[in-house]
Amino acid sequence: MSSKKVGMVSVGLTRFNRRSKETPKELAYYSSKMALDEAGITRKDLDGVIIGSAPDAFDGVHQKHEYLTDGSGGFNKPTMRGYVGGGTGVFSPIQGWYSVASGVHDVVMVTTEEKMSSIQPSAQAGFLTIFDNLIERPLGPNLVWIFALEMKRYMETYGIPKEHIASVSVKNKGNAIDHPSAMLGKNFTLDEVLNSEILCDPVRLLDISPVADGAVSFVMMTEEKIKEFGISKDDVAWVDGVGWNVDTTMWTNRDLSYPKYVEKAAKQAYNMAGQKDHSPEVLRKWLSFAEPYDPFNYKELHHLEGLQLFAKGEAPKAAFDGVTARDGDFPVTPSGGLLGVGNPIAAAAGMKSAELYLQLTGKAGKRQLSGDVTRGLAQAWGDLMQVGTVLILKGGRVD
Amino acid sequence: MDVRGKRLTLDEFMNTELSVKHYPEMEYNWATGVAITKFLKGLKNGKILGTYCNDCDRTVCPPRMFCEECFNPMNHYVKLPDTGVINTFSLAFIRTDATRREKAEIPAVIDIDGTSISPSGFLHLIDEDVSHDKIKIGMKVKAVWKDEKDRIGDITDIKFFELLEDD
Repeated sequence: MSSKKVGMVSVGLTRFNRRSKETPKELAYYSSKMALDEAGITRKDLDGVIIGSAPDAFDGVHQKHEYLTDGSGGFNKPTMRGYVGGGTGVFSPIQGWYSVASGVHDVVMVTTEEKMSSIQPSAQAGFLTIFDNLIERPLGPNLVWIFALEMKRYMETYGIPKEHIASVSVKNKGNAIDHPSAMLGKNFTLDEVLNSEILCDPVRLLDISPVADGAVSFVMMTEEKIKEFGISKDDVAWVDGVGWNVDTTMWTNRDLSYPKYVEKAAKQAYNMAGQKDHSPEVLRKWLSFAEPYDPFNYKELHHLEGLQLFAKGEAPKAAFDGVTARDGDFPVTPSGGLLGVGNPIAAAAGMKSAELYLQLTGKAGKRQLSGDVTRGLAQAWGDLMQVGTVLILKGGRVD
Repeated sequence: MDVRGKRLTLDEFMNTELSVKHYPEMEYNWATGVAITKFLKGLKNGKILGTYCNDCDRTVCPPRMFCEECFNPMNHYVKLPDTGVINTFSLAFIRTDATRREKAEIPAVIDIDGTSISPSGFLHLIDEDVSHDKIKIGMKVKAVWKDEKDRIGDITDIKFFELLEDD
């Protein structure tokens, strides 16, 4: 396959809030404008715009990519929206990559946005529409049900103690203290997480990420354009590998203890990056860190196993033992993740993709990882527990 | 890094900040389709149906019109027992609108007996009167049906699943 080398040259983020005063379009403007300013280019330099946003039901605005277009810099430009539920924030930069790699566009803006506070009384009403309309919705499900069911199966299959899973909430909410966009950066104790309000056993309140409003944008372009604009390689992160995969919506016909679709997406991305050895020890050396999707604490662990970064059932103990701490052997979610920074769906995984860029270019501030940060992986997950999206970026001076 | 975004306070939300309200009323009438129509008719008659794929030699539940694996038609319907195994379950203290319940309901994935992949079954509820200490993954369960006259061809024609084991 011949494709152009694609670099991410900037990111823009808003603050994540429980309820922002701005409209979705105004939030998209903040992050898009910031990404343009950081890259030192203007809207005129954009050839195309990619918009990522999750279910229209949250906004109550149908076809919201059309609505978001001018806020994302897409006025009178080729614009498209990709949408794979929670997987969107990693899938959107993948779309940015193939728009540029294919030669269709030289310079693109990618904007992920979500405003979840509009729907009343809570986002739950919007989530209900993802369940099977014929044989599941009549049972009166709640989104937390399926997470609880999956978490329970995961714990049962591998004999995982809840303490190990809860440690991910402590870590991520703690890491988020250093993220300027964060809404729930705080040092919780393990006991506070374990004893928080029971919602759907085994899921408790502090096992879950907070719903939020927010937007995150990226500018991506060809190597030739990077030279033309005089952008330093120190400010670039190259797309090294991408992958995505979708399982069936018949989630009750699936092994809930292991996300096979994440494995398939990850292997697609590793192979594209030329990394053919998929054993955990090798991959953890090859990557400097990872940002797996953490809408619930156990999901970070479940995904680390699907990503082949830990053997099946072994991620929880590693997290509990501090291996995945920001200063651990293999840092995981140094950003603070959805658990700490917040979960405005498409923008949440957008924030994870942005963390790759910020860490690889040394711009992560207090969150900056020590040592050589050469390669990072972001992964997101969504739809009806069935999609895995994977993005691997490497530093601007890494071959 | 200077990030923007104006945080709304509770007081502003309740009292001063302008917003526009909208109450959509949308009604849908969904076709239940080839396979799920048969499944729901089966429930009305007190039966759980699955489909068998000749090419993959497997029986699955709920039934489908085509096999997602080999992509051939799946038109051999089989009656399955109304028993199964708890693949996973939760004690849910929140309702569908996130309001809190005093007494938990117990959603579960029921792996229906007679299917040939695991799990293969559907989301349903376990009898909420069972003691929480007693219920375990892997337990055998049996459907508790509504009275025949009350069944309408809906997933709720099964009231819930009851535990078959006493230990």
